[in-house]
Amino acid sequence: MQGSVSPAISAKDVACRRGDRLLFRKLSFTVTAGQALHITGANGTGKTTLMRVIAGLTTPYAGEVLREGDIGLLDERPALDPDLPLGRALAFWEKIDGCGDPAGALHVMGLEPLLEVPVRYLSTGQRKRAGLAALLNRGVPIWLLDEPLSGLDVAAITQVTALIHLHVSGGGIALVASHQPLEIAGLRTLAVEDFVPRQEQLA
Amino acid sequence: MISALLKRDLAKFFPFAGGGAALPVVFFVAVAMLYPFAVGPDANMLARTGGGVVWIAALLAAILPLEKLVAQDIEQGVFDQLKLRGLTEEVMMAVRLVAHWLSFGPPLILAAFPSAALLAIDGPTLQLLLIGLAVGTPGLAAIGLMIAALTASLRAGAALSGLLLVPLALPILIFGAGALARQDAASLGFVAAISLGLVAIAPFAAGAAIRAAREV
Repeated sequence: MQGSVSPAISAKDVACRRGDRLLFRKLSFTVTAGQALHITGANGTGKTTLMRVIAGLTTPYAGEVLREGDIGLLDERPALDPDLPLGRALAFWEKIDGCGDPAGALHVMGLEPLLEVPVRYLSTGQRKRAGLAALLNRGVPIWLLDEPLSGLDVAAITQVTALIHLHVSGGGIALVASHQPLEIAGLRTLAVEDFVPRQEQLA
Repeated sequence: MISALLKRDLAKFFPFAGGGAALPVVFFVAVAMLYPFAVGPDANMLARTGGGVVWIAALLAAILPLEKLVAQDIEQGVFDQLKLRGLTEEVMMAVRLVAHWLSFGPPLILAAFPSAALLAIDGPTLQLLLIGLAVGTPGLAAIGLMIAALTASLRAGAALSGLLLVPLALPILIFGAGALARQDAASLGFVAAISLGLVAIAPFAAGAAIRAAREV
Protein backbone atom coordinates (compact mmCIF):
# COMPACT_ATOMS: atom_id res chain seq x y z
CA MET A 1 0.00 0.00 0.00
CA GLN A 2 3.07 2.29 0.20
CA GLY A 3 2.59 5.11 -2.30
CA SER A 4 5.13 5.80 -5.01
CA VAL A 5 5.70 9.36 -3.79
CA SER A 6 7.65 9.81 -0.62
CA PRO A 7 5.28 10.44 2.29
CA ALA A 8 5.17 13.90 3.81
CA ILE A 9 2.84 15.91 5.93
CA SER A 10 2.91 19.61 6.65
CA ALA A 11 0.74 22.14 8.39
CA LYS A 12 0.79 25.82 7.53
CA ASP A 13 -0.51 28.46 9.93
CA VAL A 14 -3.19 26.15 11.28
CA ALA A 15 -5.65 27.55 13.79
CA CYS A 16 -8.37 25.62 15.58
CA ARG A 17 -11.11 26.63 17.92
CA ARG A 18 -13.44 24.85 20.24
CA GLY A 19 -16.71 26.70 20.62
CA ASP A 20 -15.75 30.37 20.94
CA ARG A 21 -12.26 29.66 22.27
CA LEU A 22 -9.24 29.75 19.99
CA LEU A 23 -7.14 26.72 20.99
CA PHE A 24 -4.02 27.55 19.01
CA ARG A 25 -3.06 29.55 15.94
CA LYS A 26 -0.19 29.93 13.47
CA LEU A 27 0.85 26.34 14.06
CA SER A 28 3.17 25.10 11.33
CA PHE A 29 5.38 22.08 10.89
CA THR A 30 6.72 19.81 8.19
CA VAL A 31 7.45 16.12 8.64
CA THR A 32 9.02 14.07 5.86
CA ALA A 33 9.85 10.40 5.39
CA GLY A 34 11.79 8.88 8.26
CA GLN A 35 10.84 11.54 10.78
CA ALA A 36 8.80 11.46 13.95
CA LEU A 37 7.10 14.36 15.69
CA HIS A 38 6.04 14.33 19.32
CA ILE A 39 3.10 16.65 19.91
CA THR A 40 2.95 17.61 23.56
CA GLY A 41 0.52 19.61 25.61
CA ALA A 42 -1.50 19.47 28.79
CA ASN A 43 -5.01 18.00 28.78
CA GLY A 44 -7.45 20.18 26.89
CA THR A 45 -4.86 22.11 24.89
CA GLY A 46 -6.17 20.64 21.65
CA LYS A 47 -3.85 17.74 20.83
CA THR A 48 -6.75 15.53 19.73
CA THR A 49 -8.33 18.39 17.78
CA LEU A 50 -4.99 18.93 16.02
CA MET A 51 -4.69 15.22 15.24
CA ARG A 52 -8.16 15.17 13.67
CA VAL A 53 -7.33 18.24 11.61
CA ILE A 54 -4.07 16.63 10.43
CA ALA A 55 -6.00 13.48 9.54
CA GLY A 56 -8.41 15.54 7.48
CA LEU A 57 -11.44 14.52 9.52
CA THR A 58 -12.23 18.11 10.46
CA THR A 59 -11.35 21.34 8.73
CA PRO A 60 -9.16 23.85 10.57
CA TYR A 61 -10.50 27.28 11.45
CA ALA A 62 -7.62 28.75 9.43
CA GLY A 63 -4.59 27.48 7.58
CA GLU A 64 -4.12 24.25 5.69
CA VAL A 65 -2.65 20.78 6.01
CA LEU A 66 -0.92 19.07 3.08
CA ARG A 67 -0.66 15.29 3.02
CA GLU A 68 1.32 12.98 0.76
CA GLY A 69 0.52 9.34 1.39
CA ASP A 70 -2.13 7.30 3.17
CA ILE A 71 -2.89 8.09 6.78
CA GLY A 72 -3.58 5.70 9.62
CA LEU A 73 -5.10 7.12 12.80
CA LEU A 74 -5.08 5.49 16.21
CA ASP A 75 -7.10 7.27 18.87
CA GLU A 76 -8.99 6.33 21.99
CA ARG A 77 -11.72 4.68 19.91
CA PRO A 78 -10.58 1.40 18.38
CA ALA A 79 -13.52 1.27 15.88
CA LEU A 80 -14.25 -2.34 16.78
CA ASP A 81 -17.79 -3.64 17.27
CA PRO A 82 -18.20 -3.99 21.05
CA ASP A 83 -20.47 -7.03 20.71
CA LEU A 84 -18.20 -9.08 18.44
CA PRO A 85 -15.30 -11.27 19.53
CA LEU A 86 -12.02 -9.48 18.90
CA GLY A 87 -10.99 -11.86 16.11
CA ARG A 88 -14.11 -11.15 14.07
CA ALA A 89 -14.06 -7.43 14.80
CA LEU A 90 -10.48 -7.22 13.52
CA ALA A 91 -11.31 -9.47 10.55
CA PHE A 92 -13.65 -6.76 9.23
CA TRP A 93 -10.81 -4.24 8.98
CA GLU A 94 -8.48 -6.89 7.53
CA LYS A 95 -11.03 -7.44 4.77
CA ILE A 96 -11.51 -3.69 4.20
CA ASP A 97 -7.76 -3.19 3.98
CA GLY A 98 -7.20 -6.30 1.89
CA CYS A 99 -4.67 -7.56 4.41
CA GLY A 100 -3.51 -11.03 3.46
CA ASP A 101 -1.49 -11.88 6.54
CA PRO A 102 -2.97 -10.52 9.73
CA ALA A 103 -1.32 -13.12 11.97
CA GLY A 104 1.93 -11.19 12.27
CA ALA A 105 0.36 -8.08 13.78
CA LEU A 106 -1.76 -10.19 16.15
CA HIS A 107 1.38 -11.95 17.34
CA VAL A 108 3.38 -8.75 17.75
CA MET A 109 0.62 -7.17 19.83
CA GLY A 110 0.11 -10.36 21.85
CA LEU A 111 -3.57 -10.61 20.92
CA GLU A 112 -3.83 -14.34 20.12
CA PRO A 113 -5.23 -15.35 23.54
CA LEU A 114 -7.92 -12.62 23.26
CA LEU A 115 -9.40 -13.44 19.85
CA GLU A 116 -12.52 -15.11 21.29
CA VAL A 117 -13.18 -12.37 23.85
CA PRO A 118 -15.93 -9.85 22.99
CA VAL A 119 -14.45 -6.39 22.49
CA ARG A 120 -16.56 -4.87 25.26
CA TYR A 121 -14.82 -7.07 27.86
CA LEU A 122 -11.34 -5.93 26.83
CA SER A 123 -9.39 -3.50 28.98
CA THR A 124 -8.28 -0.09 27.73
CA GLY A 125 -4.77 -1.36 27.09
CA GLN A 126 -5.99 -4.44 25.24
CA ARG A 127 -8.21 -2.29 23.03
CA LYS A 128 -5.30 0.00 22.29
CA ARG A 129 -3.21 -3.00 21.29
CA ALA A 130 -6.04 -4.20 19.02
CA GLY A 131 -6.15 -0.74 17.42
CA LEU A 132 -2.40 -0.90 16.86
CA ALA A 133 -2.74 -4.34 15.24
CA ALA A 134 -5.32 -2.90 12.83
CA LEU A 135 -2.96 -0.02 12.09
CA LEU A 136 -0.04 -2.38 11.44
CA ASN A 137 -2.21 -4.42 9.07
CA ARG A 138 -2.92 -1.38 6.94
CA GLY A 139 0.72 -0.79 6.10
CA VAL A 140 0.26 2.95 5.60
CA PRO A 141 3.25 5.31 5.57
CA ILE A 142 1.83 7.99 7.88
CA TRP A 143 0.91 7.12 11.46
CA LEU A 144 -1.10 9.52 13.57
CA LEU A 145 -1.09 8.20 17.10
CA ASP A 146 -3.24 9.98 19.66
CA GLU A 147 -2.12 8.98 23.18
CA PRO A 148 -0.85 5.57 21.99
CA LEU A 149 0.71 4.81 25.38
CA SER A 150 -2.26 5.51 27.64
CA GLY A 151 -3.55 2.39 29.34
CA LEU A 152 -0.55 0.29 28.30
CA ASP A 153 1.66 -1.59 30.75
CA VAL A 154 5.41 -1.10 30.91
CA ALA A 155 6.21 -3.99 28.56
CA ALA A 156 3.70 -2.79 25.97
CA ILE A 157 5.01 0.80 26.19
CA THR A 158 8.52 -0.42 25.36
CA GLN A 159 7.12 -2.48 22.51
CA VAL A 160 5.02 0.33 21.01
CA THR A 161 7.96 2.71 21.26
CA ALA A 162 10.07 0.15 19.41
CA LEU A 163 7.36 -0.24 16.75
CA ILE A 164 7.23 3.52 16.18
CA HIS A 165 11.01 3.57 15.91
CA LEU A 166 10.94 0.70 13.43
CA HIS A 167 8.22 2.38 11.35
CA VAL A 168 10.12 5.67 11.19
CA SER A 169 13.49 4.10 10.41
CA GLY A 170 11.76 2.20 7.59
CA GLY A 171 10.91 5.50 5.89
CA GLY A 172 7.54 6.04 7.54
CA ILE A 173 6.21 9.08 9.35
CA ALA A 174 4.90 9.11 12.90
CA LEU A 175 3.07 11.95 14.61
CA VAL A 176 2.55 11.08 18.23
CA ALA A 177 0.34 13.17 20.50
CA SER A 178 1.13 12.18 24.05
CA HIS A 179 1.74 13.77 27.41
CA GLN A 180 4.02 10.87 28.30
CA PRO A 181 7.75 11.00 27.45
CA LEU A 182 8.76 9.12 24.31
CA GLU A 183 12.19 7.59 23.91
CA ILE A 184 12.74 7.56 20.17
CA ALA A 185 16.00 8.57 18.52
CA GLY A 186 15.81 11.79 16.50
CA LEU A 187 12.39 12.70 17.85
CA ARG A 188 11.32 16.30 17.36
CA THR A 189 8.90 17.94 19.74
CA LEU A 190 6.07 20.33 19.04
CA ALA A 191 4.42 21.88 22.08
CA VAL A 192 0.86 22.99 21.37
CA GLU A 193 1.17 25.48 24.25
CA ASP A 194 3.63 27.54 22.18
CA PHE A 195 0.82 28.38 19.79
CA VAL A 196 -1.85 29.33 22.29
CA PRO A 197 -2.94 32.91 21.66
CA ARG A 198 -2.02 35.36 24.39
CA GLN A 199 -4.88 36.86 26.36
CA GLU A 200 -4.62 40.40 24.96
CA GLN A 201 -4.85 39.10 21.41
CA LEU A 202 -8.17 37.51 22.19
CA ALA A 203 -9.72 40.72 23.45
CA MET B 1 -14.49 -2.73 0.20
CA ILE B 2 -18.17 -1.88 -0.19
CA SER B 3 -19.27 -5.52 -0.10
CA ALA B 4 -17.20 -6.07 3.08
CA LEU B 5 -18.90 -3.05 4.63
CA LEU B 6 -22.36 -4.21 3.57
CA LYS B 7 -21.72 -7.66 5.03
CA ARG B 8 -20.59 -6.17 8.32
CA ASP B 9 -23.57 -3.77 8.48
CA LEU B 10 -25.97 -6.60 7.71
CA ALA B 11 -24.46 -8.82 10.38
CA LYS B 12 -24.82 -5.95 12.82
CA PHE B 13 -28.46 -5.15 12.10
CA PHE B 14 -30.09 -8.27 10.71
CA PRO B 15 -32.65 -9.83 13.02
CA PHE B 16 -31.88 -13.24 14.54
CA ALA B 17 -28.17 -12.72 13.81
CA GLY B 18 -27.67 -11.46 17.35
CA GLY B 19 -27.91 -8.20 19.21
CA GLY B 20 -31.65 -8.64 19.83
CA ALA B 21 -32.41 -6.99 16.50
CA ALA B 22 -35.51 -9.15 15.99
CA LEU B 23 -37.40 -6.66 18.14
CA PRO B 24 -39.11 -4.77 15.27
CA VAL B 25 -40.61 -7.99 13.88
CA VAL B 26 -41.74 -9.20 17.30
CA PHE B 27 -43.25 -5.78 17.96
CA PHE B 28 -45.01 -5.80 14.60
CA VAL B 29 -46.61 -9.22 15.13
CA ALA B 30 -47.46 -8.38 18.75
CA VAL B 31 -49.53 -5.38 17.63
CA ALA B 32 -51.47 -7.57 15.18
CA MET B 33 -51.97 -10.14 17.92
CA LEU B 34 -53.19 -7.68 20.55
CA TYR B 35 -55.48 -5.62 18.33
CA PRO B 36 -58.33 -8.21 18.14
CA PHE B 37 -58.20 -8.59 21.92
CA ALA B 38 -58.54 -4.85 22.37
CA VAL B 39 -61.37 -4.14 19.90
CA GLY B 40 -63.18 -7.48 19.88
CA PRO B 41 -63.18 -10.40 17.46
CA ASP B 42 -65.72 -9.03 14.96
CA ALA B 43 -64.25 -10.33 11.68
CA ASN B 44 -65.82 -7.61 9.51
CA MET B 45 -64.48 -4.82 11.63
CA LEU B 46 -61.05 -6.46 11.84
CA ALA B 47 -60.89 -6.92 8.08
CA ARG B 48 -61.93 -3.28 7.52
CA THR B 49 -59.42 -1.74 9.96
CA GLY B 50 -56.71 -4.43 10.10
CA GLY B 51 -54.71 -3.14 7.11
CA GLY B 52 -54.38 0.28 8.72
CA VAL B 53 -53.24 -1.30 11.96
CA VAL B 54 -50.56 -3.26 10.10
CA TRP B 55 -49.33 -0.01 8.53
CA ILE B 56 -49.18 1.73 11.90
CA ALA B 57 -47.31 -1.25 13.35
CA ALA B 58 -44.83 -1.15 10.44
CA LEU B 59 -44.25 2.57 10.96
CA LEU B 60 -43.64 2.16 14.68
CA ALA B 61 -41.46 -0.90 14.14
CA ALA B 62 -39.28 1.25 11.87
CA ILE B 63 -38.49 3.50 14.84
CA LEU B 64 -37.07 0.71 17.02
CA PRO B 65 -33.70 0.11 15.31
CA LEU B 66 -32.88 3.82 14.97
CA GLU B 67 -31.09 4.22 18.28
CA LYS B 68 -28.22 1.95 17.29
CA LEU B 69 -28.27 2.68 13.57
CA VAL B 70 -25.65 5.43 13.41
CA ALA B 71 -24.78 6.67 16.90
CA GLN B 72 -22.72 3.67 17.98
CA ASP B 73 -20.46 3.79 14.93
CA ILE B 74 -19.87 7.50 15.41
CA GLU B 75 -18.92 6.88 19.04
CA GLN B 76 -16.62 4.01 18.12
CA GLY B 77 -14.95 6.00 15.35
CA VAL B 78 -15.91 3.51 12.65
CA PHE B 79 -16.95 6.22 10.18
CA ASP B 80 -13.71 8.12 10.86
CA GLN B 81 -11.63 5.04 10.09
CA LEU B 82 -13.61 4.38 6.89
CA LYS B 83 -13.13 8.00 5.88
CA LEU B 84 -9.35 7.62 6.30
CA ARG B 85 -9.56 4.67 3.92
CA GLY B 86 -11.00 6.90 1.26
CA LEU B 87 -14.70 6.12 1.56
CA THR B 88 -17.08 9.09 1.43
CA GLU B 89 -19.81 9.55 4.01
CA GLU B 90 -22.40 9.29 1.23
CA VAL B 91 -21.23 5.80 0.29
CA MET B 92 -21.15 4.72 3.95
CA MET B 93 -24.71 5.96 4.39
CA ALA B 94 -25.93 4.37 1.14
CA VAL B 95 -24.57 1.03 2.34
CA ARG B 96 -26.10 1.59 5.76
CA LEU B 97 -29.46 2.37 4.11
CA VAL B 98 -29.42 -0.90 2.18
CA ALA B 99 -28.45 -2.87 5.29
CA HIS B 100 -31.08 -1.11 7.40
CA TRP B 101 -33.84 -1.78 4.89
CA LEU B 102 -32.83 -5.41 4.41
CA SER B 103 -32.83 -5.92 8.16
CA PHE B 104 -36.38 -4.71 8.74
CA GLY B 105 -38.24 -4.40 5.39
CA PRO B 106 -38.31 -8.02 4.16
CA PRO B 107 -38.81 -9.45 7.69
CA LEU B 108 -41.85 -7.16 8.14
CA ILE B 109 -43.24 -8.21 4.77
CA LEU B 110 -42.93 -11.85 5.80
CA ALA B 111 -44.47 -11.07 9.20
CA ALA B 112 -47.41 -9.46 7.38
CA PHE B 113 -48.67 -12.96 6.49
CA PRO B 114 -49.34 -14.13 10.07
CA SER B 115 -50.54 -10.62 10.92
CA ALA B 116 -53.06 -10.70 8.07
CA ALA B 117 -54.36 -14.06 9.33
CA LEU B 118 -54.76 -12.69 12.85
CA LEU B 119 -56.66 -9.65 11.57
CA ALA B 120 -58.89 -11.56 9.11
CA ILE B 121 -57.53 -9.59 6.15
CA ASP B 122 -58.73 -11.07 2.84
CA GLY B 123 -56.65 -12.01 -0.21
CA PRO B 124 -56.92 -8.89 -2.43
CA THR B 125 -56.33 -6.60 0.56
CA LEU B 126 -53.33 -8.66 1.63
CA GLN B 127 -51.92 -8.31 -1.85
CA LEU B 128 -52.21 -4.51 -1.70
CA LEU B 129 -50.76 -4.56 1.79
CA LEU B 130 -47.72 -6.59 0.73
CA ILE B 131 -47.02 -4.44 -2.33
CA GLY B 132 -47.52 -1.34 -0.20
CA LEU B 133 -45.08 -2.54 2.43
CA ALA B 134 -42.57 -3.57 -0.23
CA VAL B 135 -42.53 -0.10 -1.79
CA GLY B 136 -43.14 1.85 1.43
CA THR B 137 -40.56 0.35 3.77
CA PRO B 138 -37.55 1.67 1.76
CA GLY B 139 -38.97 5.14 2.32
CA LEU B 140 -39.40 4.47 6.04
CA ALA B 141 -35.81 3.18 6.16
CA ALA B 142 -34.57 6.32 4.41
CA ILE B 143 -36.42 8.63 6.82
CA GLY B 144 -35.12 6.57 9.73
CA LEU B 145 -31.51 6.76 8.53
CA MET B 146 -31.64 10.53 8.04
CA ILE B 147 -33.14 11.03 11.48
CA ALA B 148 -30.69 8.63 13.13
CA ALA B 149 -27.74 10.45 11.55
CA LEU B 150 -29.11 13.89 12.46
CA THR B 151 -29.82 13.00 16.09
CA ALA B 152 -26.75 10.79 16.65
CA SER B 153 -24.77 13.42 18.51
CA LEU B 154 -27.68 14.53 20.70
CA ARG B 155 -28.11 13.12 24.17
CA ALA B 156 -31.87 12.57 23.86
CA GLY B 157 -31.51 11.45 20.26
CA ALA B 158 -33.42 8.19 20.63
CA ALA B 159 -36.56 9.79 22.03
CA LEU B 160 -36.38 12.59 19.52
CA SER B 161 -36.02 10.26 16.55
CA GLY B 162 -39.37 8.63 17.35
CA LEU B 163 -41.08 11.99 17.44
CA LEU B 164 -39.42 13.13 14.22
CA LEU B 165 -40.21 10.02 12.22
CA VAL B 166 -43.97 10.14 12.79
CA PRO B 167 -44.78 13.38 10.88
CA LEU B 168 -42.27 12.62 8.12
CA ALA B 169 -43.74 9.17 7.57
CA LEU B 170 -47.32 10.45 7.32
CA PRO B 171 -47.45 10.67 3.50
CA ILE B 172 -46.36 7.03 3.18
CA LEU B 173 -48.95 6.00 5.76
CA ILE B 174 -51.77 8.01 4.15
CA PHE B 175 -51.23 6.63 0.66
CA GLY B 176 -50.24 3.15 1.81
CA ALA B 177 -53.20 2.61 4.11
CA GLY B 178 -55.46 4.61 1.77
CA ALA B 179 -54.83 2.09 -0.98
CA LEU B 180 -56.35 -0.59 1.27
CA ALA B 181 -59.47 1.36 2.16
CA ARG B 182 -60.29 2.15 -1.47
CA GLN B 183 -58.84 -1.08 -2.89
CA ASP B 184 -56.91 1.18 -5.22
CA ALA B 185 -53.46 0.16 -6.39
CA ALA B 186 -52.84 3.61 -7.91
CA SER B 187 -52.12 5.13 -4.48
CA LEU B 188 -49.27 2.70 -4.16
CA GLY B 189 -47.67 4.55 -7.06
CA PHE B 190 -47.53 7.61 -4.80
CA VAL B 191 -46.01 5.51 -2.02
CA ALA B 192 -43.36 4.26 -4.44
CA ALA B 193 -42.66 7.79 -5.68
CA ILE B 194 -42.27 9.14 -2.14
CA SER B 195 -40.02 6.23 -1.23
CA LEU B 196 -37.88 6.73 -4.30
CA GLY B 197 -37.39 10.41 -3.54
CA LEU B 198 -36.49 9.69 0.07
CA VAL B 199 -34.07 6.89 -0.84
CA ALA B 200 -32.38 9.19 -3.35
CA ILE B 201 -31.73 12.01 -0.87
CA ALA B 202 -31.10 9.95 2.28
CA PRO B 203 -27.39 9.08 1.69
CA PHE B 204 -26.58 12.74 1.03
CA ALA B 205 -28.57 14.11 3.96
CA ALA B 206 -27.28 11.45 6.36
CA GLY B 207 -23.72 11.81 5.03
CA ALA B 208 -23.82 15.56 5.59
CA ALA B 209 -25.21 14.94 9.08
CA ILE B 210 -22.35 12.66 10.18
CA ARG B 211 -19.83 15.05 8.68
CA ALA B 212 -21.40 17.86 10.69
CA ALA B 213 -21.35 15.70 13.83
CA ARG B 214 -17.53 15.66 13.65
CA GLU B 215 -17.25 19.44 13.80
CA VAL B 216 -18.33 19.86 17.37
